[in-house]
Amino acid sequence: MNAGSAISFPHRHLLGIEGLLPPQIEAILDLGDKYVEQSRRVDKKSNLLSGLTVINLFFENSTRTRTSFEAAAKRLDADVINMSVSTSSIKKGETLIDTAMTLNAMHPDVLVVRHSDSGAVQLLAEKMRGAVVNAGDGRHEHPTQALLDALTIRRRVGRLSNLTVAICGDIAHSRVARSNMQLLQIMGARVRVIAPPTLLPAAIDRLGVEVFTDMREGLRDVDIVMMLRLQLERMQGSFVPSVREYFRFFGLDREKLAYAKPDALIMHPGPMNRGVEIDSDLADDIDRSLIRDQVEMGVAIRMAVLDILTKSLRTEAGTTL
Amino acid sequence: MNAEGRTAYLNARLLDPASGLDVTGALLVEDGRIADFGPNLFRSGAPSVNEVVDCGGKCLAPGLIDARVQLREPGDEHKETIASASAAASKGGVTTMLALPNTEPPVDDVSVLEFVARRAREIKKTKIQSYAALTKNLAGAEITEIGLLSEAGAVAFTDGERALANAKVLKRALSYARTFDALIVQHPEEPTLAEGGEANQGELASRLGLRGIPTLAETLQVERDIRLLESSGGRLHFSHVSSASALEVIRAAKARGLDVTCDTAPPYFALNELAISEYRTFAKVTPPLRAEEDRQAVVAAIADGTIDIVASDHSPHDQDSKRQTFEQAAFGMVGLETLLALTLGLYHAGHISLIDALGRMTWAPAKRFKLTGGRLKRGAPADLVLFDPDKPWQIDEDRLVSKSKNTAFGGRPVQGAVIRTVVDGRTLYDAEDG
Repeated sequence: MNAGSAISFPHRHLLGIEGLLPPQIEAILDLGDKYVEQSRRVDKKSNLLSGLTVINLFFENSTRTRTSFEAAAKRLDADVINMSVSTSSIKKGETLIDTAMTLNAMHPDVLVVRHSDSGAVQLLAEKMRGAVVNAGDGRHEHPTQALLDALTIRRRVGRLSNLTVAICGDIAHSRVARSNMQLLQIMGARVRVIAPPTLLPAAIDRLGVEVFTDMREGLRDVDIVMMLRLQLERMQGSFVPSVREYFRFFGLDREKLAYAKPDALIMHPGPMNRGVEIDSDLADDIDRSLIRDQVEMGVAIRMAVLDILTKSLRTEAGTTL
Repeated sequence: MNAEGRTAYLNARLLDPASGLDVTGALLVEDGRIADFGPNLFRSGAPSVNEVVDCGGKCLAPGLIDARVQLREPGDEHKETIASASAAASKGGVTTMLALPNTEPPVDDVSVLEFVARRAREIKKTKIQSYAALTKNLAGAEITEIGLLSEAGAVAFTDGERALANAKVLKRALSYARTFDALIVQHPEEPTLAEGGEANQGELASRLGLRGIPTLAETLQVERDIRLLESSGGRLHFSHVSSASALEVIRAAKARGLDVTCDTAPPYFALNELAISEYRTFAKVTPPLRAEEDRQAVVAAIADGTIDIVASDHSPHDQDSKRQTFEQAAFGMVGLETLLALTLGLYHAGHISLIDALGRMTWAPAKRFKLTGGRLKRGAPADLVLFDPDKPWQIDEDRLVSKSKNTAFGGRPVQGAVIRTVVDGRTLYDAEDG
C-alpha cells in the first residue's frame, strides 16, 4: 500500500502497539516514508494540520521526544502548545481526570501525553474528546518509538519479516521493549531478549520472545541489535552490582557484536550511556549504527501518526466539535 | 411478660451452623434476646406478641459477623463513617463488624478504642468490635499495651494492611499475647518482596507494565510466621489469604496442630487478576487479585475448611482515591453489602453446603474471636438475618448505601438477598422499606 491509497485506520487514539494489525502498521510506515521525503526538502512544511491544535502534555521530562513531536506538528502547520507538568505537583491535588477536563475546554485536536505511570495515557484518553497519542506511559508502551524503529529497519533492510532482532538490557522497566516486542512480532520478525534475570519482567517467556541471559549466545546470528538505556540508579547494587560488571557482561562492544551476523545493525532509543550499555565508537560507526537514522525517522513517524489520527477530523472539517 | 418487646418469626427455615440445625420452625425474640426457637414452637397456637413476622419459608440465621471491616472513622469520614458502614452492614445482613485499627489516629491506645466504642453505642446500629494495633502507630517496632487494650475490649491485634515484618517483634508479641490469650492477626505479605508492587506478578502485570507482587511474598510471610508461632506459642490468624501456595502451608500447619486460622474475602474467590485488565483500579486490592489457579485453590480451601472465615475486607475509598492511575490509586474494595450474595455463589456453584457457607460468616468468626453471637441459642442476643438464598439480583454500585462505591463487582448477577436484619431484636434493615 502506498501513501496515496485509502487507509483504513479504525483507532481514535494511538495508545499502544497492542491491538494494531499488520496493515495498520504498514499504513503508518508508508506515511512515514512520505514524511521522510518532506522533511528532507528545504521547505519542510505542509499545511495538513492548519487550524488544528496539538498539545504536548509531558508529566515526565523528555526533551528529545517532546521536541520530535513538536517538530512533527509544526511541519504539518498545527498550533502546538507544550505543557510540562511535574508529577509531584499534581500528586496530591489535581487528578489526571481534572487535567483532562481542563484540557478539553481548550479543544485540542490531538493530545500527546507522556506519564510515568503505566496506563495513565489510557485513563486520560477515556476522558478526552480529541485524539490521544501515547508518548510513553510508565513501563507499558511507547508506540511511536517502536514505529520509528520499524521504519528505520524497513528503510535500511527493506523488510521486517523474518529478521531476528535482539533487544538487550533493562527489559523489565522498558516501555520501548514492550512496544518493540509486540510490533516486531506482529510484523513477522523473531524477537530475542537479552538481560540479566533481574532486568527481565516476570513470565517473559509468555510474551512470545526467546530469552537469553548470555549476551554472546543471544546475539548469535541476529540481524538487528537493539540496545536499551539502563537507568544509572538501577546499576548500583539494586538490579546489577556495578556499571563495570554490567558493561563487561551486557554492554555491546565489538567482541560481542562479532557473534551477530556480519552486517548486523545497532539501534538505541537514546539517550545513550556510552561505556555503560554500548561502546562509544560502535555507537558512532555509521556502517553499523542506525542511531542517527532513528532520530530522523522519529519526526517522520510522528508526522505520520498525527496525519492518520486526524484524517477523519479533517474530512469533517468545518463541523463544530 | 406482656407483648412489648416480643417478636415471633414464623414459618422460617431455621439455620444454625454452630449446631447444624436446618429445620422449618419458628423463633421468638424477647427483650432483644432469642427466647426460644424450634420446629414445634407455636405449633399449638398463635403467640402473644407485638409483632409477627411471616418468614415465608425463607432462611432465618444468625446475623453475619464480618471479621474485617475498615470503618474510616476517625480520620477519613469522607470515605465512610460508623453510621454509613452500619447502614451498609445492615443492608448486607451483617450484625457485627470487626473494625480494623488503621484509622487516623490508629487504634493503638485505649482512648481511641473507647472513642470507637462510644460512637458505636451512640449510633446504636451494627455491633462493632475493634481490633487494636499490634504495634504503636502501626509502625512495626514497639508492641502496644496488649493487656490494657484486651481489658478495654480489643477483639484481636493487627497492624491492618501492614504485615509485622520484624521477626523479633512478632515473636515477642506472640509470646506476650499468650498472657492475655490474645489473637494476633497478620496481613500476610513479606514487605520487601511486595515493595512498590501493585498487581499480581505474572504475565498480565508484565504486559500492562505494572509492578508485580509475587505470591512468594505471601507464602514466605506465612511460612515464617508459622515457624515463629511454633517456637513461641500463641494464637495466630492470617487475613485475606489469596494464594494456593500459602494455603498449602496453612493446611500443613493446621495438620500439625498449631493454633492457626485464616480468612479470605470474596474478591479472592469470585475474581481473578484479569479483573484489573484495562487498568481497572476498582480491582486494585491488597493482596492483589491472583491467577485463576490461585482463585480455584481459595475456593477449595473454603470448602475443605482450611479457610475458616470469609470476611468482606470492606475498604471504602472515594472517587478521588480510585480515579487515578493504577499506580497511584488506593488499594481496596467495599464489601459489606455483597458479602452474603458473593459467598452464597459458592453454594450455588456446588462447592459448599448452604449451612457451611453461612458458618464461615457466623459461627467460625464468633468462635475464633470469642464473641457471644454467631449462633441460634436460647438467651443469646437476637442478632439475626432473614434472607432468600435463591433470589437473583444484580450488583449495582450506584445503589450501594456505603459512602464509597468502589466495587469491582458492579453489574454482576448474584443470588441471595437479605430480607431483614435484626440486631438485639431491633430491625435495622427491612427490604420492604427499600
